[in-house]
Amino acid sequence: MNGRHAMPVAQAGGGPAAPALEALHLRKEFPVGQRLWGTPRAVHAVEDASVALHPGRATALVGESGSGKTTVARMLARLYDPTAGTIYYHGEAVRLKRSAAALRQYRRNVQLIFQDPFASLNPVHSVRYHLARPLQIFGHARTRQQETEQILALLQRVSLTPAEQFIEKYPHQLSGGQRQRIAIARALAVQPRVLLADEPVSMLDVSIRLDILNLLLRLKDEEQLALLYITHDIASARYFADDTLVMYAGQLVEGGPSEAVTQEPKHPYTRLLLSAAPDPERIKAGATGMQAIGARGEIPSLISPPTGCRFHPRCPHAMDICRQRFPQRTELGGGHWTNCFLYGEGEGQGQKASARPAVKP
Amino acid sequence: MAISVGTRTLLDVRNLSVDYSASNGAVHAVDNVSLTLKRGEILGLAGESGCGKSTMAYAITRLLRPPAYITGGQILYYPPENRVRAAVVSRLSDSDAAQPDGAIDLLQLSNKQLRGFRWNELSIVFQSAMNSLNPVLTIGTQITDVLKAHRPEMTGEQRQRKAIELLNLVGIASDRIKSYPHELSGGMRQRAVIAIALALNPELIVMDEPTTALDVVVQREILELISSLCRDFSMALIFITHDLSLLLELADQVAIMYAGKMVERAASQDLYLNPRHPYSFGLLNSFPNLHGPRRTMGGIPGSPPDLRAVPTGCAFNPRCPMAFGPCTSVLPVLQPLSPAEQQRLIACHLYDPRLARGEAPSQEQFAAGYASLHEKGKSR
Repeated sequence: MNGRHAMPVAQAGGGPAAPALEALHLRKEFPVGQRLWGTPRAVHAVEDASVALHPGRATALVGESGSGKTTVARMLARLYDPTAGTIYYHGEAVRLKRSAAALRQYRRNVQLIFQDPFASLNPVHSVRYHLARPLQIFGHARTRQQETEQILALLQRVSLTPAEQFIEKYPHQLSGGQRQRIAIARALAVQPRVLLADEPVSMLDVSIRLDILNLLLRLKDEEQLALLYITHDIASARYFADDTLVMYAGQLVEGGPSEAVTQEPKHPYTRLLLSAAPDPERIKAGATGMQAIGARGEIPSLISPPTGCRFHPRCPHAMDICRQRFPQRTELGGGHWTNCFLYGEGEGQGQKASARPAVKP
Repeated sequence: MAISVGTRTLLDVRNLSVDYSASNGAVHAVDNVSLTLKRGEILGLAGESGCGKSTMAYAITRLLRPPAYITGGQILYYPPENRVRAAVVSRLSDSDAAQPDGAIDLLQLSNKQLRGFRWNELSIVFQSAMNSLNPVLTIGTQITDVLKAHRPEMTGEQRQRKAIELLNLVGIASDRIKSYPHELSGGMRQRAVIAIALALNPELIVMDEPTTALDVVVQREILELISSLCRDFSMALIFITHDLSLLLELADQVAIMYAGKMVERAASQDLYLNPRHPYSFGLLNSFPNLHGPRRTMGGIPGSPPDLRAVPTGCAFNPRCPMAFGPCTSVLPVLQPLSPAEQQRLIACHLYDPRLARGEAPSQEQFAAGYASLHEKGKSR
């Protein structure tokens, strides 16, 4: 949290591969039910999450509700302060100061789009007001005329045409897809380098979802934005994102290029997610009705989460060691990695190996 | 418990129309829709928001309240012959609602008759389980309430036993009978709601987006449950959702609605492999695929029309990549695709030999049509 002594090696070069925003070992606990007596309890929402967002690349964060994916986005947007861990913006450690000036400086570069476009726009203000505020606050527009020009340009960039008609409208006069476009335009008004999209399409109608996703993809390419796309729909992550991270109960369990993660899933949880996702291809095989899937159940309580790998109570391959500790990351090649004992013990191997001779004769 | 399942019709909706009256004109939410449902069949209703799929289901269950009005049509229900509860049916058959062929017109039932009909013959599962359970009653009480109202001859002990049986059926442990809804997870609550819907072993269940608020894994479990229950009890199901990809796996038959009209109806496999209506094609291509090549997709440009002023001719024509002359002037009617395929219904001029210019378009032509629409959209 202080200084840049823990700076990751990957970004030392500052070349094109350097991430725009990187978070290392983020952890977040929310205190619950504080009482005078008894031990304080906490929801362990995120446990050791590391995310790197590169300019011009989209990264998807996939998980069920309660997996902590939104908490990660909110920490990256500085809405929550991490309990532990460091955020780097272009290699520079972000100081977690909550002053208005510091937050504004940070949010000049990092913007968040919320899930629900029906709740994220103020119903008493017009489109003009929503888009003018960031322009004024961040000093992008000095005069009223500049402001109007920029708002019209923004509306055109998010394909709300004719822009002149939309500028005076109020949120209730817009459809869900149009509102989400306004929310995107509002985030773009700041001219950010990093865009965090928290389930931007889950509240929208099917035919509009692709429009919004394609819009985000186009903007990402045009402006070289670093994009984080949070979703529960792994099929859309495959379509939309270059990289995919899978999160379960606050722990990142698998990650890598989207094709590798979705076509050759390694972690049992990723496999479960993929087998549960609706896939009409299955009916081609002549199957009728729903086919059963292996694991069942739901995300465990995060107040007293399962020890070790949090997926072990649902995992069909659970071993003793899974209950004892969380596996280290295992590299599978091509940037694909997973945290699972089925594929080796990762960096923790040395530690384990030293304990082994005592057991073996 | 199985009831003789023939290929006989269970429900026959004829030319149903529903309007919402608004100060600035009537909204034609459902416009002259006909559909038939066989016993034990799972029918999926799909379409974008506002296409009238929920209104349609509420009309069938007679749950519409003003400002919605059923302005025309018939909903004929064919009661099964060898039912234990023949008493309910015979009471219904005496009324004005009875048709000469033994059918009952649900639109003619009085409130009292409706009370007997609902839950005995037809039950409904709503979208949000959180809102459809009473937060101050245990789920056991909510199940026994149904039995108390409809099976007054049962003793308390019998009801309790039946409630436990139902909970086990949907995969809830019997010690949960004393749990309040807030003590259950979203998936468990939805299971409890399904248990209540099954309480009287109805012939038909209507489910309105029952899994939309659930996570993928839980959603899958619930769908598996629904699918196996329908098979075991040979219940018919009308399943409403906007997620066509899951519907195709679950349903036997799928009906696609657009702007208050049914545009295509086909067996789910046929629809997936070979969608015939341009709208069905576009809808299917709005879902990213998990397998196969990663293709670029654009969805369907534009948005559904205002139902107060639906475009003349085919309502889909302003968004349709295949629109031609008659589409803007002549209203397409739902008819069999070809004399050979009587089961496959479509409302599109492309397949009408009197209007179409030539051969019906192939899937590649649909794809090309949509691609050029997207190109136009970009340059705009």
